Amino acid sequence: MKKKILLGSLLGITLLGGIIFAADHIDAPAVTGAGSTSLNTDITDIYAFQSPADNSKMVFAINTQGLLSPAATATASFPSNVMYELNIDNTGDNVEDLVIQFLVQNGKVRVYGPVAPGSTGLTSTVKTNGPVTEADVTSYGSAPVIGTNSNGIRIFAGPRDDPFFFDLVRFKEVIAGTQPGFRNPGMDTFAGTNVMSLVAEVPKSLLGSATTINVWAETKMK
Amino acid sequence: MNRLNKISAVLSLSVVLFATGCDKDDEIKDNFDTSGTYTQVDQMARPAINTVFVNSARKNEFNTTVPSQMNAAFNAQFQAVLTNFGYTSNALGLDKPTFASVLVTDVLNVKMNGTTTFFDGTNVLTGRALADDVIDTELLLIFGGPMGSSNPGLTKDNVNGNDKPFLNSFPFLAAPF
Repeated sequence: MKKKILLGSLLGITLLGGIIFAADHIDAPAVTGAGSTSLNTDITDIYAFQSPADNSKMVFAINTQGLLSPAATATASFPSNVMYELNIDNTGDNVEDLVIQFLVQNGKVRVYGPVAPGSTGLTSTVKTNGPVTEADVTSYGSAPVIGTNSNGIRIFAGPRDDPFFFDLVRFKEVIAGTQPGFRNPGMDTFAGTNVMSLVAEVPKSLLGSATTINVWAETKMK
Repeated sequence: MNRLNKISAVLSLSVVLFATGCDKDDEIKDNFDTSGTYTQVDQMARPAINTVFVNSARKNEFNTTVPSQMNAAFNAQFQAVLTNFGYTSNALGLDKPTFASVLVTDVLNVKMNGTTTFFDGTNVLTGRALADDVIDTELLLIFGGPMGSSNPGLTKDNVNGNDKPFLNSFPFLAAPF
């Protein structure tokens, strides 16, 4: 009885919420579907972890353009009018103190930062007064091209296997009430699909002296 | 100047002008266009927050709300979703208002020293590593009840890892299919 009520509630939420995609893949009308600005501005996931290669550094990854088939990946690219911006709060007020800005133009990626933003919030200008790191965008099927700079930053931009894993198909059936729960084993809906990734490995010394930070990623267009 | 010399002179001048034009074009291509103002379209921090907790009518609004304003704008909505899920408490001992407050400000907490993970049984919200099973973590915290044993069919999706091994070297994410 409890389970039926719960499933009914889940169904209710789904009807309110429309199709649910997990993580953040294709999360809102503005980034997909009618009236959308561009699928290229959709962020699917972000990751932040201590570098396995060097524990004095932090790795940030911003994944975009989810559910790319191999064929679609071969022709995928980063739009040149979009800034992918990682925001870092190191004072605990959820307002960015540092930004890392990724721009892609003419087959190259440039990463500006970590650097203090000019102003905080919904608009950004490119901050050229901090570290700048550049690399060629890695093309589909090529070994990763890695950009470095004298600050110890490493960067990458290009297609990657989507690291996200979830039985989304079964989740939607549970929501629809046609299945009582998840299956075992589950089937990864994202298996065999790719994303366009922006990755930066950054010395912790460039991120301030706080013991914890809050991070989030934004896409901004001009 | 005889005709041949005139032609040579014109050709030489053309070459010089052409070469100068080429250099200018190359310079422009090498320089990134850093002008202008970029305006927010999408944002993301923790997996599944926007997609699960924000109704479709307000999704664009959520994507263009700065994190420091999210609590004021969306706390009631997050509590309503938790209520509809039948939420009372979870394995972290968070009541509904507290859990809603944790979820609504959509930022990824990252610890600057030590293990960085979404949840590994011991460390909670200290980062997000590639191999973290964020879905199981969120399902457990939403549906698992105070002991983590409620709704057993809903707290694991039984997809426990990625479809490819991650790399030991930068950029760590696996090569595409």
